[in-house]
Amino acid sequence: MKKVLTGNYAAAEAAALAGVQVASIYPITPATQIGERLSEMSAEGSFGGRLIRVESEHSAMASLLGAASAGARTFTATSSQGLAYMHEMLHWVSGARLPVVMVDVNRALAAPWNLWSDQSDSLSQRDTGWLQFYCASSQEVLDTVLMAFKISEKTFLPSMVVLDGFTLSHTYEPVDVPDEKAVREFLPPWRPESRLDTGAPAAFGSLAGAKDYIRLRRRMAYDMEQALSVIDDVAKEFERLFGRRYEPLAPYRAWDADTVLVIAGAAAGAAEAAVDELRRDGHRAGSLRLRVFRPFPADALRRMLHGGMRLAVVDRSFSQGSEGTFSQEIKAALYSSSPKPVTTGFVAGLGGGDITVDLLKEIWAEAHNGTVNPAETVWMEDAR
Amino acid sequence: MPRLEPPQRLPRIISSPGSTTFNRTSSWRNLVPRIDLALCTGCLLCWKFCPEACVGLPGPKPEIGMDYCKGCGVCAQECPAECISMDQEAEA
Amino acid sequence: MLEIRFHGRGGQGTVLAAKIISEAVLRGGTGQCLAIPEFGVERRGAPVVAYARISDQGIKIRSKIYAPGAVVLLDPRLTGSGITQGLSPGALIIINSERDLKSLSQQFPGMRVRSVPARRIALKHGLGPKATPLVNTTMAGAVCAMLDLADRAAVADAVASSVPVKTRENAEAALEAFDLVEEKLYA
Repeated sequence: MKKVLTGNYAAAEAAALAGVQVASIYPITPATQIGERLSEMSAEGSFGGRLIRVESEHSAMASLLGAASAGARTFTATSSQGLAYMHEMLHWVSGARLPVVMVDVNRALAAPWNLWSDQSDSLSQRDTGWLQFYCASSQEVLDTVLMAFKISEKTFLPSMVVLDGFTLSHTYEPVDVPDEKAVREFLPPWRPESRLDTGAPAAFGSLAGAKDYIRLRRRMAYDMEQALSVIDDVAKEFERLFGRRYEPLAPYRAWDADTVLVIAGAAAGAAEAAVDELRRDGHRAGSLRLRVFRPFPADALRRMLHGGMRLAVVDRSFSQGSEGTFSQEIKAALYSSSPKPVTTGFVAGLGGGDITVDLLKEIWAEAHNGTVNPAETVWMEDAR
Repeated sequence: MPRLEPPQRLPRIISSPGSTTFNRTSSWRNLVPRIDLALCTGCLLCWKFCPEACVGLPGPKPEIGMDYCKGCGVCAQECPAECISMDQEAEA
Repeated sequence: MLEIRFHGRGGQGTVLAAKIISEAVLRGGTGQCLAIPEFGVERRGAPVVAYARISDQGIKIRSKIYAPGAVVLLDPRLTGSGITQGLSPGALIIINSERDLKSLSQQFPGMRVRSVPARRIALKHGLGPKATPLVNTTMAGAVCAMLDLADRAAVADAVASSVPVKTRENAEAALEAFDLVEEKLYA
């Protein structure tokens, strides 16, 4: 059934449809509506899970660590400082191999205080052992939350579903909400073999020496790698049941392009529109949307790109003292390719700056005409 | 070989009850508690307070299990009859 | 692609007006509509902007709207604040006003100006206090009719699914404004 929803409401609908048993959420702009909506749905009876009110984001994630250890399907949502405050618990949850699913609504980090979209909050959590998915529409938010539960429960790795603050979180658009029966077929209840159980007492999370610790991390690295094929399997099953297909990388008119815009999140739509306009003017433009960031789809990226291409990577984050996160990762992934695409990093849209079609056309032209030094990050903004 | 392959089974650090008994903590001990049973009233405070739960009750009076006693001295501190002394561990 | 910018005041339901149009377009079955709020640090009474982007195909662009084809003014006293920014000559300005069209048009030379007596309609249906009537549903009904975005049934449904209080009164106000529109326009 089609409903007009924001990205936030789509996330809440998805959590309820997924049969979440425990949700623990602390409010923060622009993610607050997710908890509010779940609370409303709980009062209406359309969300059957338990909603825990907590005193902080750190406690939100800590309580889910406990709930997931007891075998519950768990969910939370946060943003920006809230995600940063959770940082320690993110390691705990992934290290304990618990399939918690979290929605992060992208928002810039303070100081200075800022409420608007920027990917530095989620990207600064890239080394915490969480899968990361970047969405480009509210439909994709709903679908990705559903898929994330299945992927996480198969890989024993937690998932972060990321959407742009306001641009997705607060924009209303039609979303196809699947019926509960179909979702239950896709996502049956989670029954983990080992869980906290008073009938079979056991201690979780005790000390591990170096020999155990590195083995745990080695296995996590292996499972992260394998997650790409799990993501693929789950996407295929999702398509079979619901008719929508999602790939880790979404190329657009890229196969014969000489210069390709690479971008993640809602601004990818503007990149496709920019490509259409550039093609109309006779340019061989293409774009590539990065949808799965952890695990990083490096092989797929290498297969898709060739040495004759130029890449303009658009980063909505910046690692001070280095460069944009996507730019770093893409350059690293292409290091072993020969010849490799000339890759230039562009930083745009920090703190909610609008990434417009015109701005993306400018970025494309800078990379295409070689007017920039690929060794340097180029900072851009739409002057309006 | 130094190359580390991923473990076959998903490794988890989950311990079953009683697993701490593998760790014989008596090796930590350098003071050893001795009970003067003539003065002991059998009040059981040493049994209650022992953090290692190594004070046993084979009869009406306590007996300290030396496999796990770390020699912390809590029992001696708590004993109202002051009948527990902490002595130097004898040389092997 | 039709792009609309809404100007209202905090607390007036400006974003909701855009959302109702999105609902009506969905129910009309002819296209897609994104209702996009311009989110700031909000205060009741402060000027607020929202956008709607409507197309009969999928919508890719999610950025703000800089050159709208139509502007909707929920409060006629907002005329000073950037109402005409980005407008091309001939762009449509739809104003909640009972003033005569000639004097309204003089305010916006080169633009096509239309008015909706939304304040009168909203107050008639008991929507909001006299000083600050809630005109969002009324204006949404008028915009749907003027720009031929949806039919009566779709508008009534859209209001019903978006407004939890005084649902019937809001739907009636939207339909009254819808029926007042005699001329279909294209932005």
